[in-house]
Amino acid sequence: MTVAATEGKGRRLSFLLVLLALGALVLLAATAAIALGSVRIPAGQVWGILLHRIHPALAEPAWAPVRETIVWDVRLPRVLLAGAVGAGLAVCGMALQALVRNPLADPMLLGISSGATVGAVLVVVLNVTVLGMFTLPLAAFAGALGALVAVYFLALGTDGRMTPLRLVLAGVAMAEVLSAVVGFLIVTSGDPHKTQAALRWMLGGLAGSTWRLIWIPLAVTVLGTVALLAVARPLNLLLAGEEAAAALGLDVHRFRSAMFALVAVMVGAAVAVSGAIGFVGLILPHVVRLLVGADHRRALPAAALLGAAFLIAADLAARTVVSPEEIPVGVLTALAGGPFFLWLMRRGAAR
Amino acid sequence: MTAAPPGAPGALRLESVTVAAGGHTLVDAVSLDVAPGEVVGLVGPNGAGKTTLLRTVYRALRPTSGRVLLDGEDVRDLPAKRLARRLAAVLQEIPGAFELTVYDVVAMGRTPHKRAFAGDDDADRAVIAGSLAAVGAGELAGAPFDRLSGGEKQRVLIARALAQRAGTMVLDEPTNHLDLRHQLDALRLVRGLGATALVALHDLNLAAAFCDRICVLRAGRTVAAGPPAEVLTPELLADVYGVAAEVAVHPATDRPHITLLPYGNPPAAAVQPPDPPHPAPEGAL
Repeated sequence: MTVAATEGKGRRLSFLLVLLALGALVLLAATAAIALGSVRIPAGQVWGILLHRIHPALAEPAWAPVRETIVWDVRLPRVLLAGAVGAGLAVCGMALQALVRNPLADPMLLGISSGATVGAVLVVVLNVTVLGMFTLPLAAFAGALGALVAVYFLALGTDGRMTPLRLVLAGVAMAEVLSAVVGFLIVTSGDPHKTQAALRWMLGGLAGSTWRLIWIPLAVTVLGTVALLAVARPLNLLLAGEEAAAALGLDVHRFRSAMFALVAVMVGAAVAVSGAIGFVGLILPHVVRLLVGADHRRALPAAALLGAAFLIAADLAARTVVSPEEIPVGVLTALAGGPFFLWLMRRGAAR
Repeated sequence: MTAAPPGAPGALRLESVTVAAGGHTLVDAVSLDVAPGEVVGLVGPNGAGKTTLLRTVYRALRPTSGRVLLDGEDVRDLPAKRLARRLAAVLQEIPGAFELTVYDVVAMGRTPHKRAFAGDDDADRAVIAGSLAAVGAGELAGAPFDRLSGGEKQRVLIARALAQRAGTMVLDEPTNHLDLRHQLDALRLVRGLGATALVALHDLNLAAAFCDRICVLRAGRTVAAGPPAEVLTPELLADVYGVAAEVAVHPATDRPHITLLPYGNPPAAAVQPPDPPHPAPEGAL
């Protein structure tokens, strides 16, 4: 058998092992995140409660009802949301890096999170509550989509085509303008409480997750990730360069526009409920490439799992490290991500 | 293992293809027929329009006028994926590929044959392995593409085009970066496929040795086209390239062989036109 043939087979095996390990990591992080907190619940009881809620015959209830409330209504939604946001940001970052052929691209790059921030800060500053608990996420999502539409049309040239460079430039310019708007809104609000609330949102956090709030981002992340997996091969082609991708049968411009819209909606849905959590979408794709290679058919599922495990763990740290205070999870991811980013740059420069 | 046999060779026809950009006419009414299974060489000095012409064939560039037909169908009317099953291209430019391995890069060649979610099956893996083996790069399969030498990259990209199993191939200076042995191997491989091939080449002796016919471009126009022995004459070399040369049929190959005369004076009328600028790729900023 030739080297190339063994290469194809051997990698499938190791990929399955990595995927299983990452899946176990997600379960481990989720179990820890549900078990730990102001009230400690043994891991066995966590799973007993979860299984009992899924089907009463699966486990005998031998716990106080309040524990069931803590596990099912307080911690589980938060863990699911952290997993969805982490997975969504990671796969979006990976797709985006292929889309603009730049390994330093980040979901926050396209101005989407800045748009969401404007929406959220407007709600906080103007004290809008028309839609109850959905007001802020919906405003944030509307802001994200508004920014998306603006960046999209700015990035389209007079020839109706979108290039990576124009996309990045339009995104960066949009982000700058929108940050200025946010700064203006916060400074002129004149209310320290509002300033505090706006700032907290901007730093990212998953507090206050409820079942009613999480199902939309959950569904968007799952469907979006499946859609990205379906185009894993075309995403690979983009890495080969525009002309080569076209020669390999990809309608590059149409594909890029569709992917941009998909990624923007996914990032918008995540940012709307979690604030601007940085670095997850930038760094995890790189870690994943080190683990399973850059082929998107392997890298995307791995990125989804690693992203979920990472943000569940980060959120656990955010709410337990200085408890009862809570650190914005975006601060933690940035603290971990900044140094990694620099290391990555130095590594790139050394090559 | 040899490369998998490609699909049925196509008939390639360029009908009065003209490409103009920025006030320059880069390709001027070039017509060319490549019969099924024929290997046609495209030669000419730098800036003659070889790459521009090839880009209209694999659709990276829209001709200002004229059209490119594959088996009678305008390539611009074919969906990209269907065209890629019938026409493969080896481009001159070699961009980086992030951390993709050589295997991943060659596997891209299977994309036009696959639906969404479809993994590589045993047949795909055989095609990928066979394509790599055909260019003598089987042992590079696991290496990161970006770490290869220029010549290795070139061979891997030829393997990727082979993995498409298209009946028609367009190759833009596929011998660039290759050492002597691999130059011969690559062209012998293209010849041996039985596929229709349009190949831009710098080396006239290689073109003479491997091509059924040669098309000479100068400043975007066809100057001569025909079998190597008829086209490659001292007069043409003087006229198009501005060099003095002797052409003789080499006894060992039975093909015309060009010997440049470094200090010989080229005959008159050998003033080269200035190189026109290259057109920007479609969609560039």
